[in-house]
Amino acid sequence: MIIRSLAVTAALVFGAHDALAQTPKHGGTLVFAVSAEPPNYDCHAQTSFAFLHPVRPHYSTLLKFDTANYPKVVGDLAESWTVAPDGLTYTFKLRRNVKFHDGTPMTSEDVKATYDRLRKPPPGVQSIREETFKDITAVETPDPYTVVFKLSRTNASMLSSFASPWDCVYSAAKLKVDPKFPERNILGTGPFTFVEHQAGSHWVGKKFDGYFESGKPYLDGYRAVFISGAPMVNALAGGQVLAEFRGQSPADRDRLVQALGDKAVVVESPWVCSLVVSFNTKKKPFDDQRVRKALSLAIDRWEGAQALQKIALVRHVGGLLRPGYDLAISEQDLVKQPGFSRDINASRAEAKRLLKEAGAENMTFKLTNRNVAMPYTPVGVFLIDQWRQIGINVQHEQLETRLYLAAQQRGNATYDAALDFNCDFMDEPNLQLQKYLSADKSALNYSGHVDRKLDEIYEKQSGELDRAKRIALLREFERQALEQAYVIPTIWWHRIIVYHKQLKGWNITPSHYVGQDLTDVWLDR
Amino acid sequence: MLRYIVHRILLMIPTLFGVAILVFGMLRLMGGDPVEVMMRGDGGNVSQAVIEQERVRLGLDRPIYVQFGKWLGGMATGDFGVSMWTGKPVSQEIASRLQLSLQVAVMATVLAVLIAIPLGTLSALYKDTWIDQVIRVISIGGLAVPSFWLGMIIILVLLSYFHWHPPITFTPFLENPRENLAQLIWPALAVGYRYSAVATRMMRSTLLEVLQEDYIRTARAKGVYERLVVVRHALSNAMLPVVTVIGLEFAFLIGGLVVTEQVFNLNGIGKLFVQAVARSDFTMIQSLVLLIAAFFILINFAIDLMYAWLDPRIRYR
Repeated sequence: MIIRSLAVTAALVFGAHDALAQTPKHGGTLVFAVSAEPPNYDCHAQTSFAFLHPVRPHYSTLLKFDTANYPKVVGDLAESWTVAPDGLTYTFKLRRNVKFHDGTPMTSEDVKATYDRLRKPPPGVQSIREETFKDITAVETPDPYTVVFKLSRTNASMLSSFASPWDCVYSAAKLKVDPKFPERNILGTGPFTFVEHQAGSHWVGKKFDGYFESGKPYLDGYRAVFISGAPMVNALAGGQVLAEFRGQSPADRDRLVQALGDKAVVVESPWVCSLVVSFNTKKKPFDDQRVRKALSLAIDRWEGAQALQKIALVRHVGGLLRPGYDLAISEQDLVKQPGFSRDINASRAEAKRLLKEAGAENMTFKLTNRNVAMPYTPVGVFLIDQWRQIGINVQHEQLETRLYLAAQQRGNATYDAALDFNCDFMDEPNLQLQKYLSADKSALNYSGHVDRKLDEIYEKQSGELDRAKRIALLREFERQALEQAYVIPTIWWHRIIVYHKQLKGWNITPSHYVGQDLTDVWLDR
Repeated sequence: MLRYIVHRILLMIPTLFGVAILVFGMLRLMGGDPVEVMMRGDGGNVSQAVIEQERVRLGLDRPIYVQFGKWLGGMATGDFGVSMWTGKPVSQEIASRLQLSLQVAVMATVLAVLIAIPLGTLSALYKDTWIDQVIRVISIGGLAVPSFWLGMIIILVLLSYFHWHPPITFTPFLENPRENLAQLIWPALAVGYRYSAVATRMMRSTLLEVLQEDYIRTARAKGVYERLVVVRHALSNAMLPVVTVIGLEFAFLIGGLVVTEQVFNLNGIGKLFVQAVARSDFTMIQSLVLLIAAFFILINFAIDLMYAWLDPRIRYR
């Protein structure tokens, strides 16, 4: 075990240094695995990594994340940008040498058409990002290479939102003819052109010779193979695929390191994903704050994280924001929040007292969970054991996604408590706090609660451009959310990627959604 | 005979109609919403308005009987509808996977027949000798070992001892026979072994039974060569139940290789079925169930016709 750990560490360190030291080589086709498959081709209507990994290399966005320095944003189509002092106007200067894959030039009109589609989709078109861009009142194009976004109010997450990997820039001309054009066609300005999508099997992209970044991409092409579970690990071990960019379990990591030996590079990072327990506040006794808080107090997250990280892809104890993120609560403050104390005996004694006071000391309930092994099953079992220790008997109900979502149907939820997940493309309170907002304010609220105090603090922080003031508001939000315990964080995920050492130029970040345009990726063969 | 064939063909219609009602009704009764799975399954922050808009687009807002009538009407005209998940025609989605599933089924069947007929015959002819014992061990092993497990073992052996993994994407046989066989021979072996075990056992027991028949004794008493007795008189009659087993197994292989397809990452009908269920793609599930039911009915029909060919008594009845 010690030898294996050393191998992992060595691969991690040397792999990273290798990539820095070498000059990129041109050529080759990267074959990588994707453990699911996109339903259609429209970036604006998708939410899954399974879409981004094969499709993102075809497109460009206004900005993108610098994966070597996450969460710093850098220009993609934008060459430079300025934000007005009042925070209500964003002006972007676009690159002048950008072409779509059909040879037509990309101009500010294309950016405007894209963002108009995102914020106000025409009838029949889906945009899942309407809410994100609701503060934009107008998109202006003073010249072909300048785009100006006018906002109705300040928005602390706006600049990062322009780096969202989902906001692929489409051709205005194509959208004018058919606003649903991107659903069935790929036409971007990204480093790779579309070659083939064989449903259920693979996706192929080829180097775009007219790509705007000189000398890039390095690869001749890529092939994303749709493969999951043990066959995917076998394919990685056998060298059929060089990487899978979502994440592997600790057991798969160890198996791959053993199989690949010095050919393996292991990189790990905290992950902007967490498992949370959502209580159905429309049902007794979960309408009682004392009961919900007691259930949170009973969980020993610190010990749980130590134990679970050996078998599952969870590792980090944190509040509502990812531990390590610069707006997240410090560990010193976290341990003062209900459910996060290092003194679990005191917490459980308090939990028992609260349950007795609420007349619920003998309660039993069902924990509704997904029938997805990693990490839902181990975390579900862990929670049940934690609650058993304060005398509560909980039944584990693992359902397939369809029935799991049906149990949490908004307005008609039938579950008692559910293990839910929160996964976003970047660290940003405006995204991560959505589950804690009132039912009429957030589509991600499955617990049915209404808390105007939380809504009010959220609104204030979302528009607060002063970092210190925003942090203070976030701590206030966090205190209220953890005290009320409508939705409680459990343990944050830990991202593990094992790839073949010939793959270079790819950097791990806390998000499996960003950094997948493959512009800088190359093969050392 | 012609009347019999027409009668059997007409009987298929109510059978398929019954299957259609059953699968359509069961999917609706089970609960859950395909749109929720599609838009919220990955935790998407999707407004209720967008969900409703998508439900309208897919026709899920209409009364159940209207949805059923539209689907059935389409099926009657050969239109399987569009997948709720991909928006592509169901027929196109199925067609792209059918070639692979058919090839694995055919390869496994050929393998099974090539193994089962000689082994089953030898086992019966040398009953209770060491030959019979060895063949029984092989065939009982085939029955006991699940195909998917054998598949996993094959992959692990290839990886561990030969540092090689079969191709993970399908190449049509005519495009590159070597690449095609390098991928499909392994699942065909894994499935064909179990399949051959069933057929071997069936072959052995029916041949033993036939060899006890009066007409075999008569043939032997008339001095007919033993080889002729076995091949011409015994084997052709013993084949009848074996043909049934082979036919039903073949039909099963078209859509039933769910786990084996996962193990070898085969993009076949079984994998499509699993994905359709996971995604609650109602139109895809309905069409696949109907397709597999149609396969079973047609194979049964073909078996009955083969019976008539193998056994003159059935033909003349």
